Amino acid sequence: MAVERGTTEPLLDVRGLSVHFERSGGFWRRAAPIKAVDDVSFSVHAHEILGLVGESGSGKSTLARAILRLIEPTAGSVRLGGTELLGLEARALRAIRKRMQVIFQDPYASLNPRMTAGENISEGLRLLGEDTRAARAVAVTELLRQVGLPAEAAGRYPHEFSGGQRQRIGIARALAVQPALIIADEPVSALDVSIQAQILNLLLDQQEQRGLALLFIGHDLSVIRHFCDRLLVLYLGRIVEIGTTEAVFANPQHPYTRALLDAAPATHPKRRAPAHAPALELGQRPQGGAGCAFRTRCRYVLPACHGAVPPLRTVAAGHVAACIRTDLPARTEGALS
Amino acid sequence: MTEAEDPVLMLRRLAVEFTTPNARFRAVDGVSLNVERGQTLALVGESGSGKSVTTLSILRLLRPPLARIAAGEILFRGRDGRLRDLAQLDERQMRSVRGDQIGLIFQEPMTSLNPVMSVGAQIAQAIRLHRAVSKRAAAAEAQSLLRLVEIDDPARRAASYPHQLSGGMRQRVMIAMAIACRPVLLLADEPTTALDVTVQAQILRLIRRLQREFGMGVLFITHNLGVVAEIADQVAVMYGGQIVESAPVHELFDSPRHPYTRALLASLPDAAAAHTPHQRLRVVPGQVVDPRRLPPGCRFEPRCVRAEEQCRRSGPEVMAASPVHDVRCRRWNEA
Repeated sequence: MAVERGTTEPLLDVRGLSVHFERSGGFWRRAAPIKAVDDVSFSVHAHEILGLVGESGSGKSTLARAILRLIEPTAGSVRLGGTELLGLEARALRAIRKRMQVIFQDPYASLNPRMTAGENISEGLRLLGEDTRAARAVAVTELLRQVGLPAEAAGRYPHEFSGGQRQRIGIARALAVQPALIIADEPVSALDVSIQAQILNLLLDQQEQRGLALLFIGHDLSVIRHFCDRLLVLYLGRIVEIGTTEAVFANPQHPYTRALLDAAPATHPKRRAPAHAPALELGQRPQGGAGCAFRTRCRYVLPACHGAVPPLRTVAAGHVAACIRTDLPARTEGALS
Repeated sequence: MTEAEDPVLMLRRLAVEFTTPNARFRAVDGVSLNVERGQTLALVGESGSGKSVTTLSILRLLRPPLARIAAGEILFRGRDGRLRDLAQLDERQMRSVRGDQIGLIFQEPMTSLNPVMSVGAQIAQAIRLHRAVSKRAAAAEAQSLLRLVEIDDPARRAASYPHQLSGGMRQRVMIAMAIACRPVLLLADEPTTALDVTVQAQILRLIRRLQREFGMGVLFITHNLGVVAEIADQVAVMYGGQIVESAPVHELFDSPRHPYTRALLASLPDAAAAHTPHQRLRVVPGQVVDPRRLPPGCRFEPRCVRAEEQCRRSGPEVMAASPVHDVRCRRWNEA
């Protein structure tokens, strides 16, 4: 649990990670690269769930892919259990990949449709050459039980399952190689509301029983709030705030975090946003200048915000925010109308 | 259902039947609802609930022989104040209703916008389809519609192509097209589902504002109860092709009566609750019902924690939990 944090080595330690994409600026010019992920540092401990939130284009999925080295980072360091992943050659990378697994939003797209559920689940074990066929079958039965599916499910094909059941198979497949870290990229966004809770509870059970580190990418703040130990907010490739979920929700210190929390739909009509309340302005990536990337959308912008990228400032122990303003008014959550 | 005040749309026992090589089933089975002028009815449901099929049948966009209206009435009160049953109209008559008196917005603006035509020209085309105005007048009208949906610099944006716009901006363009002819009824089928929460909040606010200005009735289809809390006046919850509960939005959130509605609301975390990480959510067991394989009794019975012997044998009738609150459950009155 989060209590152990600080006393142990982090399982995943990301330092100064950047993913820049070159782009053509026309015949004569070279345009500045797109900084999809820019100088991102954070860590995740065993037994811990770190939530990663941000709008589309914030770099969430690029960051996840860079950690898994599905795309090559431009700079930085990614250490898993003390081993540096960047620059690792293919064979060594394969060996360490089994320690980190990923669960995708659409399990249908990530399962092989021509393999049975059992073959999909045991594929990782087979590739690692670790078990005999019989041992793999035993492992599959046990994994199916753990994710709440009957043993007969092993012989059926992905299309024979519902969306929720397919996500259970996706989870079983990720667990098969006994990873230490799981990256879950919007694992319930494509599922029916009444099925989402089933899958979230299953993820929690397995995460706690196995002491996994879980990086949970999501956009539903009401889910994040009751699920994650800590929260990382990403805006245009940079971290704007990190803290315990409680601290970030109760005392958000970056105007973008506030805007995200304010935009989340109410949980009761009496907390509905008043029609006249100012909405977050539609913004675009500011052109040129070295200032804060959020300055063109920010309600609290100061002249100094156009000057330099604000560094991460410590708000409290374990809570940092990249905003120069220390005088944001207290946020009243779910104001009653 | 509630006492009709000034409904623009009244569905009466609507049934939609699907016929496939392997099966014949009712995706919508006896749906009755009212959409009042100037009000928003949220139709809530999961996959297979029949909520989108209901929308398509109102617009008569079902594809026979695969899907057809098997029974019921779709009573629509148009601009002229006459009440007509849309289920009885032919395609030519429907074309004068669709897009003119009934506007439609849905989840994927990219699939409904023409990728090789500027958005201004597309809006102008929608106007000229229903009104005898010059090209020049329609183009000017298109720009004022873009302004109405809060797009900055409409003159420049009118010349943009869909791929040059963000998802939220494309949804605004689709809304501009939907309201171009000042419809009396707007059908919105999951219009914010693919959007970021920040953009979703803006689009919901925009729809509320336009509704207030034009007094449209809005039928808003969604699976998201947070969105319902933001936008609805009335709510109807669908499950397995039937409406299982309907009530004014405050009454539904304060005292849900159907076990399915209760479970959905219980999975919405309370904003005032303590922040405890690793919190388990309350779960509805089992799978979402498949309209091709309905249970013999109540359609929610296989997942219901309150089910009793009678629920397995026959489906419950609609009961009145209050004068404005209907529920399809025998045990609605139990805490």
